Amino acid sequence: MNDWSRIAPQLAEATWDTLYMVGVSTVLTVLIGVPLGVLLTITAPGALSPRPVFNRALGLVVNLGRSLPFIILLVLVAPVTRGLVGTTIGSTATIVPLTIGAVPFLARLVETSLREVSHGKVEATLSMGARRRDVVRTVLLPEALPSLVAGVTVTVVALISYSAMAGAIGGGGLGDFAIRYGYQQFRTDITLTTVVLLLVLVQLLQWAGDRWARRLAHV
Amino acid sequence: MIELTDVRKVFPARRGAAEVTAVDGVSLSVAAGEFAGVVGPSGSGKSTLARLVNLLERPTSGRVVVDGQVLTDLDDDGVRKARRTVGMVFQHFNLLDSRTAAGNVEHPLELAGMGRAERRARVADLLDLVGLADRHGSRPGQLSGGQKQRVAIARALAARPKVLLCDEATSALDPASTAGVLDLLRQVRAELGLTVLLITHEMAVVRAVCDSAVLLDRGKVVDGGPLAEVLTRPHSPLAAQLLPAPAVTDTRGDLVRITVTESAPEGRVLRTLAGELGLDVEIVGGSVETVAGRRFGRLLLAVTGDDGRLDPALQRLRDGGSLVERALPGDEPVPVDLTEPEPDPAGQAPAFARLLDSPDVQR
Repeated sequence: MNDWSRIAPQLAEATWDTLYMVGVSTVLTVLIGVPLGVLLTITAPGALSPRPVFNRALGLVVNLGRSLPFIILLVLVAPVTRGLVGTTIGSTATIVPLTIGAVPFLARLVETSLREVSHGKVEATLSMGARRRDVVRTVLLPEALPSLVAGVTVTVVALISYSAMAGAIGGGGLGDFAIRYGYQQFRTDITLTTVVLLLVLVQLLQWAGDRWARRLAHV
Repeated sequence: MIELTDVRKVFPARRGAAEVTAVDGVSLSVAAGEFAGVVGPSGSGKSTLARLVNLLERPTSGRVVVDGQVLTDLDDDGVRKARRTVGMVFQHFNLLDSRTAAGNVEHPLELAGMGRAERRARVADLLDLVGLADRHGSRPGQLSGGQKQRVAIARALAARPKVLLCDEATSALDPASTAGVLDLLRQVRAELGLTVLLITHEMAVVRAVCDSAVLLDRGKVVDGGPLAEVLTRPHSPLAAQLLPAPAVTDTRGDLVRITVTESAPEGRVLRTLAGELGLDVEIVGGSVETVAGRRFGRLLLAVTGDDGRLDPALQRLRDGGSLVERALPGDEPVPVDLTEPEPDPAGQAPAFARLLDSPDVQR
């Protein structure tokens, strides 16, 4: 049973894989999800730039993405993954379903955050002769920033749990590790170690996110 | 400076609710340098009217001219540029929490594309002007209501507008802060030669700062004009608001109304009726206030013991310049209750959930 010296490097590699998958997909999710959330917000009826039909269509697509269980999505987007990355196995390939799964999630959180910005602030800025994009850039995003940071934190935590799930179909990372070494080889100690690692990771991220959001809130 | 011609604003029916005509054929003219008030009960369309002046709301029909420019003929881009000639101050301040006081004042200058050094200098001047030279780095959350409104005024003045719109600018403030903000408005109007359009439901505010006012009810102008003229106009609904008198039900003797101005004080009338004629004179109601810096009032007297000499005496007084007449109970418009309903959390309401939910558009 004393094979930890053999397992430890692999555990380190699995941890690194998880951080890599979650890190890259977080960046991609923010890059796609935030603009999508902005679009959802400003095209709503009565909003800054109302496009009711477009808004409803976009809302439908986002809801579709949110309602699919991640494990189904993993299988469903496999052809897209193969097209983009060349394979469906490994942590780089997993970034594709992770991002596709997290974008609608973050987009809705962003929308909720932006809606919380009072219309009075928007109106005041429009009264200065601002363009709509100025309102988004100088009012909506900065005013919602603390809440956006909290939203991204929640998304990262969700991405960690998605990534563990992706491990089940060969995605690599801590989830994969826990199943191959812990579950399939009846090594409860390995499973527990992985769980503790994930727990510490999530706690650290949540703590850092909360701290950052609070520092931005200025209240 | 501001010219509205037959302006209408209809909010279309939405979600089963009927359409709302918030502003219904209003014509209004404010001269350059004038301090004009718009008063009216909640739901009368006064906040919408303010938003029609800088086209935050596009009128359904009618013409809006500001500083010689026909705003209603401009496209969106033209309107954006024209808005820089109109500063706006709001009831709930609408300062950005993500910026300091200085950052908030700087905001319109950034949008106008002014260089950084120039911006800094202008911000310093403006915060100095509103008496907050020592609060550059304060966040809105660290300022009092009055201070927040001062920052908002500095921000509204940043782009050197010619017109200042104040939408219930003092309604969220305590009396002391209100007085301070009104003093500041008076001061900047005089120093910068601004034209001010002030929306309010507080008559004390109109009495303190306005040269003229209009009374709005259900989207229509009911009464209006220069205050000095309105206050001497008999049966004026706006005068009844400005100088409220209690309704008289119990009539003992003859009722006489005196309109008090600085050139027609009440002393002469009282002397004639009580002294010369020896009649029994009681003041049954009325008010005397300082309006636009001058003394105005309306007094209702109950006179008993008339033996036929009252009417000739009143005529003699009128000939001598006094504003005095016989009154009947209920011949004056009853002042409407202008108190706003529970402070609407409009300023804190979620973005865009508004339009028809704006404080002045009741469903």
